[in-house]
Amino acid sequence: MFDLDLWSEIISALKKNRMRSFMTAFGVFWGIFMLIVMSGAGKALENGVLDGVRAFATNSAFFWTERTSVPYEGFQRGRRWNYETSDMDYIRDNVKEVEYLSPRLFGNQQAGNNTIRGERAGAFNVYGDYPDYFKIDRWTPIQGRLINDIDMIQERKVCNIGERVVEVMFGKDENPIGQYLKVSGVYFQVVGVIHAETRINIGGGKKEETIIIPFSTMRKAYNYGNRVYFFSVTSKPGTKVSDLEEKLKTILKDRHKVAPEDQQAIGSFNIEKEFVKFNALFIGIQALTWIVGIGTLLAGVIGVSNIMLVIIKERTQEIGIQRAIGATPATVIKHIVAESVFLTVMAGYIGLSLGVGVLEILNQILLKGGDKLFFRNPEINLTMALSALAVLVVSGIIAGLIPAKRAVSIKPIDAIRDE
Amino acid sequence: MIKLNNIHKSYVMGNNSLHVLKGIDLHIEQGDFVSIMGSSGSGKSTLLNILGMLDNYDNGTYHLSGNLISNMSETKAAKYRNDLVGFVFQSFNLISFKNAMENVALPLYYKGVPRKKRNQIALEYLEKLGLKDWANHMPNEMSGGQKQRVAIARALISNPKIILADEPTGALDTATSYEVMEILKQVNDSGITVIIVTHEHDIAAMTRQIIRLKDGRIHEIIRNGELKQFQKSYMKELETA
Repeated sequence: MFDLDLWSEIISALKKNRMRSFMTAFGVFWGIFMLIVMSGAGKALENGVLDGVRAFATNSAFFWTERTSVPYEGFQRGRRWNYETSDMDYIRDNVKEVEYLSPRLFGNQQAGNNTIRGERAGAFNVYGDYPDYFKIDRWTPIQGRLINDIDMIQERKVCNIGERVVEVMFGKDENPIGQYLKVSGVYFQVVGVIHAETRINIGGGKKEETIIIPFSTMRKAYNYGNRVYFFSVTSKPGTKVSDLEEKLKTILKDRHKVAPEDQQAIGSFNIEKEFVKFNALFIGIQALTWIVGIGTLLAGVIGVSNIMLVIIKERTQEIGIQRAIGATPATVIKHIVAESVFLTVMAGYIGLSLGVGVLEILNQILLKGGDKLFFRNPEINLTMALSALAVLVVSGIIAGLIPAKRAVSIKPIDAIRDE
Repeated sequence: MIKLNNIHKSYVMGNNSLHVLKGIDLHIEQGDFVSIMGSSGSGKSTLLNILGMLDNYDNGTYHLSGNLISNMSETKAAKYRNDLVGFVFQSFNLISFKNAMENVALPLYYKGVPRKKRNQIALEYLEKLGLKDWANHMPNEMSGGQKQRVAIARALISNPKIILADEPTGALDTATSYEVMEILKQVNDSGITVIIVTHEHDIAAMTRQIIRLKDGRIHEIIRNGELKQFQKSYMKELETA
């Protein structure tokens, strides 16, 4: 029921002390505003980072070689070694948990400008990959097609190139498809311009500056023999990639006479582990946001409670009179709590609206920044907003209840005498 | 109506205990017009506050309209106050941000009377006290006498059986004081018990019974017929002073 007297009393009490009411309300406003903005920003970071890795197969692991650190079977420590194509065949045939296996060769990266077309030249990251690689780290063809199994079997001299390669090696009006690039002395025909869906980067360099050619072509054209520099695997559903990673390491160590206890000789990492780390990080950020936000909010609420105490002290006599002429303690408490809740909720609501507004403006600015930003879609969900509002109402009640109890605990006669 | 039996009251302040009322026996009938007099510190205000259930007492019994008033919850006390008692204070104690009509209507608000109805009743009472034109004025726009009349209207609106007035004329000049006393007399004529605390002899002399307190005890009770006598002794007191 709308009680006009209650509200006229609240409004006039707040009006009498405009400045103080404002400052108090500002405390709550700021608390909720910070909570919303920080939570939105945390969410934006999460969105930005997770969008960058979402397209990456989370069940994937990556392997490369390092120098050995333990002497074993007549070999000294510090030996350099490589995987071989026979390792790949062995894994394909014998390790049933492997879903996709994609060996990789690195092109010549030290030679400065390794790619030439007419008068244009550029230094790019050149990889020899299996088509399965696109299933682990997702790329989409913007023009043309991805490298496929027939390219592999026929050892075709074709390549996929990143967007930056197109910019450097071709004019604005030129269509790169079907054109030739001279990469480290060998000509390759461009069959596709590809765009990286993820920002996880293996082997360094920017993903836009990538040239991918079929593994088999690269091996033959540049004389790599049976070496394999690097390979990626994904585990079949139901197998933990961490387990697979350990199993493969054991097999590879055994095949290459590397000491089983050598921790350094095989370099590897798996995305699953990284995801767990990421998730922990974001949970941490969200928790921190809430702790700081609630803390700020709490400071605001304590401010309200404090101001209510002062208001009640000022109005002791008035409350005494009201009780002398028949106001029950319940009525008095109701009035004070209503006033406190009104102040908190009004301030909180404004903070909530402004916080959401700021996030929306931020979102518009970020949208213009494109998808290279690790910060996107700042958002706040309804549950969060509602729970913040619930926190406000509850804290408003508590903030009012403490002074109200005090007001009622004074005997009416003492209250009236209070000057 | 009011029956006090051996009422004791002391105030504890730190280590000191101040024994204010030392055994008050008092009987006030419905329709009486009583003034309580005494020098400051004699306990007259304390007595009034106990009568109005604004304060509690330590020992003895207090019956109001047949109900024993002792150790009541604040909620129950508030209800009794609202139903049985109307208060008039020396400093008027009007709510500063409510106008005259709203101030008068306030006790009915606590009784849960709808707004329109209680404001209408408030206007009737203001009219009785000659303040109809001032209904929409705020307390700070009125004179002391007017404020006290608003306070009396507020005390009357809940149809109390008793009006308790603590120095109702204390803040008023003589002419206005007499006006206020005249109003209280009319109130008393309508059958309501009126009890006032005052230290002014001329004001006390307008009541029908004077209770003089001294050091927490009833020193003397002067009844209607003896008032002339009282006035004489009062003149003597003035001369010696």
